[in-house]
Amino acid sequence: MSVATPLVEHFGAGLDAPICLTWELTYACNLDCRHCLSSSGRRDPRELSTAEAKALIDEFEAMQVFYVNIGGGEPTIRGDFWEIVDYAVAHHVGVKFSTNGSRITATAARRIAGSDYLDVQISLDGATPEVNDAVRGEGTFATAVGAMEHLAAAGVRGFKLSVVCTRHNLPQIDALKALADRYGAQLRLTRLRPSGRGADVWGELHPTADQQQMLYRWLLAHGEEVLTGDSFFHLAGYGQPLPGLNLCGAGRVVCLIDPVGDVYACPFAIHDSFLAGNVRDAGGFEHVWRHSDLFGSLREPQAAGACGSCSEYDGCRGGCMAAKFFTGLPLAGPDPECVKGHGVTALAAVEPGSVPRPSADHSRVTFLRRRGDRACEEHPLAGSELAPAAST
Amino acid sequence: MTSVLDRPLDLAPQVSVRPERFGALLYHFGTRRLSFLKDRRLLDVLEHLDGSPTARAACDSAGVGEAALPAFERALERLVETEMLQERRP
Repeated sequence: MSVATPLVEHFGAGLDAPICLTWELTYACNLDCRHCLSSSGRRDPRELSTAEAKALIDEFEAMQVFYVNIGGGEPTIRGDFWEIVDYAVAHHVGVKFSTNGSRITATAARRIAGSDYLDVQISLDGATPEVNDAVRGEGTFATAVGAMEHLAAAGVRGFKLSVVCTRHNLPQIDALKALADRYGAQLRLTRLRPSGRGADVWGELHPTADQQQMLYRWLLAHGEEVLTGDSFFHLAGYGQPLPGLNLCGAGRVVCLIDPVGDVYACPFAIHDSFLAGNVRDAGGFEHVWRHSDLFGSLREPQAAGACGSCSEYDGCRGGCMAAKFFTGLPLAGPDPECVKGHGVTALAAVEPGSVPRPSADHSRVTFLRRRGDRACEEHPLAGSELAPAAST
Repeated sequence: MTSVLDRPLDLAPQVSVRPERFGALLYHFGTRRLSFLKDRRLLDVLEHLDGSPTARAACDSAGVGEAALPAFERALERLVETEMLQERRP
């Protein structure tokens, strides 16, 4: 048996099909979260029809995409939500969906309990109404907890409590874990990105350097019992990598399909610079995934730029592309939250007004702004490597 | 304890297998775990499980030689532990 190429290199060079992908079903949302990474609120009239959604699932099945992370907007708002979910499951495409919980009734919870192919993530961004509702809107804590009660009562075990880490909820990290435990859920922590409306609040909400270090130690201590969707691989710069692949999978093993069928490199990169094509184009999703110029370039070795001389580059790989892009930093260079502090220096040099804005904004225009949700996505490459032997 | 090689094994019904250039990806819809097979011959072994009286026979059919067997035994044990494989029910 020969020494195998490290898996991370295979993944970095792209697979013939995504392992999983994020599929936002609608930009419509009953909430208006301050950090919504897809700037959701209003439905887009060009959203995929039921028939188009089913045809896309047929493609996923043919490509053997294991599962899709359905989000939005609030995906359950679509009248055909369960029809789409049932169709996916019947076609051997697993579904995880993210929701603010407003439609997770006792009946919906029983339906979820009935299928191994169906998983749910309840979005909540604080262990108390004060901290959560300040970001997600008044009453949203109670709504999410109500949904968890329904799921627990229906016997759903191991559903996800999905938290975007902020300066205000990281001090509650143990309380968030306890909250998940109370309902038999698994805590899932993800990184706040400056994407969508998140760009407007990132400066105010992103964790402090001390909080990042605390989070790193906390994640190491909790290992695989807490999910992160590989969200925090930039923290590998502290030394030891966190569980997971520690790889940016954008356009390589994951991608985003938005409600109108646009295919982006990742859920945090809704911008023309990261748009690979549309599933309505000739050749469909498969053609976009396998042949788009953008994904081709992401599968090439990436330039380290200013990070090339850093001792930690092999760990963090320069961090998150979307976090850099939407804070105005060059992609070949440090992450804005670089654990060595290089991001802070780089941010200070960004010209005001030069920072790219998201290409689309579906926020509701209202005097009552600042409630809200958009469920937050995913890169769940947790797993174990299986090698019969390292060498002969 | 009997070696995993002497047991009749099957892929768990909730597991989906996707061949890849480097080997294969396995996804378990119940545990929601992803596993990577980093050797195409291990995939061959899995494909031979159905119809083989034991895992050892499947290894034999896949052309796994005596010297490589311990490594495949460990890999199969790990797949049983993670519920990707299960003992065939009579």
